[in-house]
Amino acid sequence: MLKAKVHVFLKPSVLDPQGQAVTNSLHSLGYAAIKETRISKYIEIIFDDDDAHRVSEQVHTICDKLLANPNTEKYAFELEALKQQ
Amino acid sequence: MKVSVITFPGSNCDHDAMEVFAERQHKVSNVWHKDSDLQSPDLVILPGGFSYGDYLRCGSIAKFSPIMSEVSRFAEKGGLVLGICNGFQILTECGLLPGTLMMNKTLQFICQRQFIRLENAFTPFTAGLPKGMVLDIPIAHKEGNFFIDEDGLKALQDKDRIVFRYCDKDGNVTSEANPNGALDNIAGICNDKGNVLGMMPHPERAASEHLVSQDGLNIIRAIEGYFSI
Repeated sequence: MLKAKVHVFLKPSVLDPQGQAVTNSLHSLGYAAIKETRISKYIEIIFDDDDAHRVSEQVHTICDKLLANPNTEKYAFELEALKQQ
Repeated sequence: MKVSVITFPGSNCDHDAMEVFAERQHKVSNVWHKDSDLQSPDLVILPGGFSYGDYLRCGSIAKFSPIMSEVSRFAEKGGLVLGICNGFQILTECGLLPGTLMMNKTLQFICQRQFIRLENAFTPFTAGLPKGMVLDIPIAHKEGNFFIDEDGLKALQDKDRIVFRYCDKDGNVTSEANPNGALDNIAGICNDKGNVLGMMPHPERAASEHLVSQDGLNIIRAIEGYFSI
C-alpha cells in the first residue's frame, strides 16, 4: 500500500486573506518577526497498490482534475510505503 | 420559455428560481444532478446553495455531476446558462467561465443588499436594459471574491465580458462598494459568445412584490425579451 501526502497551496501571486488574519493574530501574540503566513491544504490518499510509478501518475491526474484549481493553486506530493494491515 | 433548474445535493435556491419563472407562466423543470436529460430547455439555471457542502472548493465536486456534461454540451451549442452564486462557482470550476471565486477578503459570510452596475447590455440576459443601470440585488456568499490572472482580466475587459460590477447606489464603482474584494469589482461575467452568465448576486431573490427589491425582474424580463424576438 502507498500513501500519497498531497499539499495543495495557493500560488504566490494569489492573496491569502486567511494567512493574513493568522499573521495579524501572531503579531498580536508578540511574534513580531513573522513576515507572512500562508494557509494550504494537506490531503492523504491511501492506495491499495505498491507500484509507485502508477500511483504517482494517478495522483498527478487526481490533482489536475479535482484536488487543485489550476487558476489559483499548485500542488506537491510524496509517496510513503505503508505496511499491509 | 422552457427553464430547467438543476438541483445538486446542497442546492438551496433552486425552488426560489423555479418559483420566479413558474409565476411568470414559463414551463419550469427541476432536473436532478444525476439525470442525463436537460428536458430541452431554452434556459438552464445552476442555482445558489452549497453543492456537496462546498467541500474541497465551492463547485469543485458538482462539476463531475452527470448532468454537467449535458450542461456543457448545451452551452457549447449556444444554449443560455445562468449560474447564480454557487452556480457561478460551478461554472468557473467546470471551465465554462474563466477565473475563480475565492474566499471573501473579509473572511466573512456576507448577506446583504448590494448595488451592481450593468456594464454590458448586449448579452441575452441584459439586452434592452440601459448600460450603467444600477440594480439593487442581494448577495449571500463567503466565496465571491473573483480572481483571475492579469491576462485573463485584460481579456475580460477587452472583450466586454464583465456584465456586472459592484457599485454604490449612484453607480460609482469604488473599493468601498466592493463587498468581497473581487478583482475590478466584478460581480458577474459572461463567456465569449455571451450565452453563459455567472453572477454572485441573486436576481431570483429580488423578483417578487413581497420583497424589498424587484430589480432582479429586469434580468428576467430581458431573458424573456430575448426569446420573444
